[in-house]
Amino acid sequence: MFGPEQGHFALALACVLALVQFAVPLWGANRRDARLVGLAPYLAVSQLIALGYSFLCLIMCAVSDDFSVQNVAANSAVSKPLLYKITGVWGNHEGSVLLWTLILAVCGGAVSLFGRNLPDILRGRVLAILGGVSAGFQMFCLLTSDPFDRVFPAPMDGQGMNPLLQDPGLAFHPPILYTGYVGFAVPFAFAVAALIEGRVDAAWGRWVRPWAVAAWCFLTCGIALGSWWSYYVLGWGGYWFWDPVENASLIPWLTGTALVHSAIVVEKREGLKIWTVLLAIATFSFSLSGTFLVRSGILNSVHAFANDPARGVFILALLAIVIGGSLALFAWRAPSLTSTGLFSPISREGSLVLNNILLCSICAVVVTGTMYPPFMQLLAGRTISVGKPFFDAATIPLTLPLLLAMGVGTALPWKRAQLARTFSHLYAAAGIAAIGLVLCFWKLSGVLPIACGALAIWVIAASASDVLRRIGIGHTSAQGVWERMKHLPRSSWGAALAHIGAGITVLGLCGMSQAQHAIVEVHIGETRSLAGDDWTLLDVHDYIGPNYKAMQADIAIRHNGKLVTILHPEKRDFTTQSQTTTEVAIHTNFITDLYGVVGDRHGTGKDTTYVLRLHRNPLAPWMWLGGLVMAIGGAFSLSDRRMRIGAPKRAAARNMARA
Amino acid sequence: MTRKTRRLWIVIACLACVGSAAALTLRAFSSNIVFFMAPSQVKANPPSPDRTIRLGGMVMAGSLHRINENGTPVNAFQVTDGQAAVEVHYTGILPDLFREGQSVVALGIVQKDGGFTASEVLAKHDETYMPKEVADELKRTGKWDPRFGKAPDASSWDTMTAKKAGG
Repeated sequence: MFGPEQGHFALALACVLALVQFAVPLWGANRRDARLVGLAPYLAVSQLIALGYSFLCLIMCAVSDDFSVQNVAANSAVSKPLLYKITGVWGNHEGSVLLWTLILAVCGGAVSLFGRNLPDILRGRVLAILGGVSAGFQMFCLLTSDPFDRVFPAPMDGQGMNPLLQDPGLAFHPPILYTGYVGFAVPFAFAVAALIEGRVDAAWGRWVRPWAVAAWCFLTCGIALGSWWSYYVLGWGGYWFWDPVENASLIPWLTGTALVHSAIVVEKREGLKIWTVLLAIATFSFSLSGTFLVRSGILNSVHAFANDPARGVFILALLAIVIGGSLALFAWRAPSLTSTGLFSPISREGSLVLNNILLCSICAVVVTGTMYPPFMQLLAGRTISVGKPFFDAATIPLTLPLLLAMGVGTALPWKRAQLARTFSHLYAAAGIAAIGLVLCFWKLSGVLPIACGALAIWVIAASASDVLRRIGIGHTSAQGVWERMKHLPRSSWGAALAHIGAGITVLGLCGMSQAQHAIVEVHIGETRSLAGDDWTLLDVHDYIGPNYKAMQADIAIRHNGKLVTILHPEKRDFTTQSQTTTEVAIHTNFITDLYGVVGDRHGTGKDTTYVLRLHRNPLAPWMWLGGLVMAIGGAFSLSDRRMRIGAPKRAAARNMARA
Repeated sequence: MTRKTRRLWIVIACLACVGSAAALTLRAFSSNIVFFMAPSQVKANPPSPDRTIRLGGMVMAGSLHRINENGTPVNAFQVTDGQAAVEVHYTGILPDLFREGQSVVALGIVQKDGGFTASEVLAKHDETYMPKEVADELKRTGKWDPRFGKAPDASSWDTMTAKKAGG
């Protein structure tokens, strides 16, 4: 029922359905044939069912230890815990591509189900584009990386998974990150459909924005989770390495953030149309390239676990068709789109334009830093690399004006604003930021951390004060405030939350720039101090886990003689793969992380010493917490009625809020 | 505000941002580009001590030992590319995938005495991975041909003579 052959057949069926989903609605839309166009949602849903069945088959193969399936034999083992048998399905190349296409199909299904208010022709075209991309990836899956390949003779046991990937964080990281990547396929499909149609208007902006926001939320969560994963799994005490694979997820996030903002201008003011369409195409193109970078082996990276240059050629062709095709269509059709909304540079639109320019500049810097080394190697044959110092020096100065503008932007009215009037709303926030600056001078060292810290406080204060002003705190009765709170559009709440989240993340980054660490070699019972805390190695003992042997240390941390916590870092030895992994122990009070790693054991008997690495990471949890708050902000604005239904209530709600 | 002035404003803003981005990038490139060097290149013309480089090669088998500098453990090992070996000092816990006889990339600076102080040591997840430079160098000197199986043990490279044709 759920064997590999059934899964393989379902995958092939889904691929054929996707091809039909690509061809029929496009042809129907051209002929204005409502019946053909109307087939699109049914095709999308049946493709989703077929692919879901196929994915379920692969999971069943892994769960039932069917080692006659090459993919299971190479990545699973009898001794592996059940959770990792399931999550291991997408912890390898073949499975992750299948997951990717499944998520794409889920997006298609979502457009079919939630897109009932779209004009039939537009929905048909959007689904057709999604079907086309889907078909390409399913063909890639079937032709070059078949997850259901059999192996003969079947081995008695599998080779097991890379122990680094045996972690709950990895269970959820790829699906969420992929949903972010793939989710931008929907705005992309909308953009291409709009180009075919030759029409972009406010309604288009209103339809495309929820999809962009949803994808953005997932991508934000995915990046934050990935950063958290490398923080507590890799055990280097770092959270972001400016590694090509990390950059590959940051680049679409930057353009996606720009897209989420520029789509507001399309929706509200019918401006920036061509630009928004281009951003939608660029974001998905970068998402695709991100996959390509990870898979192709062009960029070697600490995170890549599935390098295979042979598949790169197929992916490259796929990229050329999708990106080249959409850009060609853009060049051909974009001039027919015209903007109507006029605005002065000092206005909400102006600030959104500035946001876009700055985000895209940062994006350009990251792209340059990521792509320059491989190109140099290709052209000049010199192996160079750029790392954290480069990216810090090049991107942080561009982030400063972005943070400054974030605080002002939401307080500006549309069309034309008077700076003096706007600033009169921001006195309180500016005061808090000034206090923040003093605090930063006191607590932080370095020009950039201080500037970033103060600006982050400015963003948080300005976003909060903007919402407080709108609900009338301070000049309306409690009853009035409640009324206004109820009528303030959820998208305003969402925007404020997302901006506050960004501020929290930046504060976390500033705190982490002050992190301290020490590497010590100690006997059992010895104490070392780091930044005011005394770390004592109490004991080290060995134990045997399900598929590994471990050495666990007990480290007591005392502050002024008072016990704070006992950390239990481990070093695990996976016998099947003859690999060791480090299990970090972290104690957090949400202000400071105490982070301990146990290293090698040296000597014997009484003279045994252990190498420990001790970190004190101020504000570390804020980095991911901020990401979560950003995503919650996005989700909040998704729940706005205006995002889903037309705009009849919009004017009323706005009038209430402004009253 | 007419369409033209608005466009002018946007163009000015774009130029300012893209210009400063380009300036920042170039400035950061000029001081932060990290070159990859093999031990023989380091020996031939050592980079200045204020320049961070990436040193790649194989960890010579049997070369790893520990020095204790005032309670801080320092790992010392030799990295070789078959032509020359460089002594690397690294304070910290070596990555889990670090093995003698396998490839390693170290980030750090070359000291005046020719030793290398690493601030970061990376070992590749994939155990068959060998830095391209090292592989090319071994192939060039005839010590290893990938068509005839795995690379020889790194400890023998410096003393190995080039293989006879057909050997």
